[in-house]
Amino acid sequence: MLYLSKTDRLKLLAFAAVVLLMPIWLTPLGAAYPGLMQKFAIYAIFAIGFNILFGLTGYLSFGHAAFLGVGSYTAVWSFKLLTMDILPAMIFAVIVSGIFALVIGFFSLRRTGIYFSILTLAFAQMCYSLAYSVLTPITNGETGLLLTRNDPRIIDTALGAAHVGAEGLPSPTFLGIAMSGYSGFYLCAVLLILAFFIAQKIFASPFGLALRGIKSNQTRMIYTGFNTKPYTLAAFVISGMFAGLAGGLLAVTDPIAGAERMRWTESGNIVLMTILGGVGTLIGPVIGAWVIEYFENIFSAINKNILNQTFDFLPDGLQNVIVTVASKFVGEGWHLTLGLLFVFIVVFLPGGLVEGWQKLMARFRGKGREKK
Amino acid sequence: MSTTPNIVLHAADVFKNFGGLRALSDIDLQIEEGKTHAIIGPNGAGKSTLLNVIIGRIPPTSGAVIFDGTVLTGKAPHEINQLGISRVFQTPEIFADLSVLHNVMAPAFARRDGAFRLSMFRTTAREDEIRAEAEHLLQDFGMWERRNDHAGALSRGDKRRLELCMCLIQHPRLLLLDEPTAGMSRHDTNTTIDLLKKIKSRGMTKVIIEHDMHVVFSLADKISVLAQGRIIAQGLPEDIRVNPDVKKAYLGGHTE
Repeated sequence: MLYLSKTDRLKLLAFAAVVLLMPIWLTPLGAAYPGLMQKFAIYAIFAIGFNILFGLTGYLSFGHAAFLGVGSYTAVWSFKLLTMDILPAMIFAVIVSGIFALVIGFFSLRRTGIYFSILTLAFAQMCYSLAYSVLTPITNGETGLLLTRNDPRIIDTALGAAHVGAEGLPSPTFLGIAMSGYSGFYLCAVLLILAFFIAQKIFASPFGLALRGIKSNQTRMIYTGFNTKPYTLAAFVISGMFAGLAGGLLAVTDPIAGAERMRWTESGNIVLMTILGGVGTLIGPVIGAWVIEYFENIFSAINKNILNQTFDFLPDGLQNVIVTVASKFVGEGWHLTLGLLFVFIVVFLPGGLVEGWQKLMARFRGKGREKK
Repeated sequence: MSTTPNIVLHAADVFKNFGGLRALSDIDLQIEEGKTHAIIGPNGAGKSTLLNVIIGRIPPTSGAVIFDGTVLTGKAPHEINQLGISRVFQTPEIFADLSVLHNVMAPAFARRDGAFRLSMFRTTAREDEIRAEAEHLLQDFGMWERRNDHAGALSRGDKRRLELCMCLIQHPRLLLLDEPTAGMSRHDTNTTIDLLKKIKSRGMTKVIIEHDMHVVFSLADKISVLAQGRIIAQGLPEDIRVNPDVKKAYLGGHTE
């Protein structure tokens, strides 16, 4: 059950090293603070799960943010009602989002192609408006679901556990260890490595082969004796559970859940991440998630002053021109840069950044051979 | 030698209307076990409709198709396959994005594990039995060297051979072939005939729909002639060849 091929084992080791060493290699990029690295790990989990559906079966869901939101709400409710320990919160987040995925997937998967995408989008928008207004008693609507000091927390009360930071609001713990800062990051990192491992297992399994068959030729699949419906539904539920885990982790690192997490722009974001990195590859979605999170958090923080400092060595006139042009692409304008990058990728590298890397390596290898 | 032949597939009183158009009327077709049964007829005679009724792609207006005691009418295509019927398409339907080896292995999983199995913690590469069988088949069909190539990159003839491998690994009781030589050159057609003769020794029942008389008379044990939605003649190839009705309806001067 835990078997991996030799190449997969090496990939997993390399991946684990890259993830765990984030605090080191992100330092020169100015992104090595726990809050951001947690997001890197969480959105990578989200993207890995999304890719199991989109990358393997080819079904493009435009509503996966719904499961992210469900995961967050569930985790916060677990904090409020049961305990501040993250273990039940994580488990419930995965289970409840899995149930949502089962229901939404059951109906959406009756259609394929654009109709499937529209159905998932419609369901996600319903979830969003339920969370935003209709179900206010459960979701606390616009304000977002918050922890309070008066929450029952049955298990904690029964055990008489003292909360970490008992003075203010309690914060999430894991077996008594506070999940904030670096401990929070390492929790997310370990779960990301686990998610990557599960994706590797699925990719290499007969189940994964069947999912790929569905993407490649649905007609051949049914005339070969596969019932494609449970296969696509299983992929949909698995990817929904990954999204729920990611949503739960968002609530662990910052115990608040709001409806904006279910917005369609969030659903679109995960599609962008997956395509940017490389659909259907193991590592692509992770890279896509990291690039987009980096842009969103670092690029958007660059302002004119920083640009002026960077281009200080240039003659005044030229410096002004460059800073004026460049400032349109950073800060508020980071979306513009991202959009250009996305257009470039889709037009020239439909296989995403992973394909770009492979082409580059092939070229290097080709040159090496010529020299010999 | 007077044992009654075992009937594998029986299409009983099948009618099919498309709106006002009668595509099939009063079809009664019996396929004997182990035989190669050809269905021939001019364009628009209803050959493809008949095949699609058998495979469950379209339901008959009335009548039933019975396979080995099971009524196929109303069953989904994957259920029909699970009963032991595999199909080769007019244009090869393969998994173009997968490797040749995986193309052959996937149908073997459908045979072993049924229509659905959540086998996400097994490893395809360690399914030695299925892998060995797939490699053996590919060797038989001269495609072993290409086992790691993308199936989409194969030539049309190779795609046809691959599709045959995909059907054969399922050990079907009945193999349906829809114009397996359509659009092929004479050379490729002959290669395909050799191929089909080769699998004849495997003893499975085959129904072959074909346009090309050369192919039909090289392969068939029994022939049914379809014209305007009816079976106008049925019998051994040598009888069909001289049947005046058949000559009139279809063969014309092509038998020479």
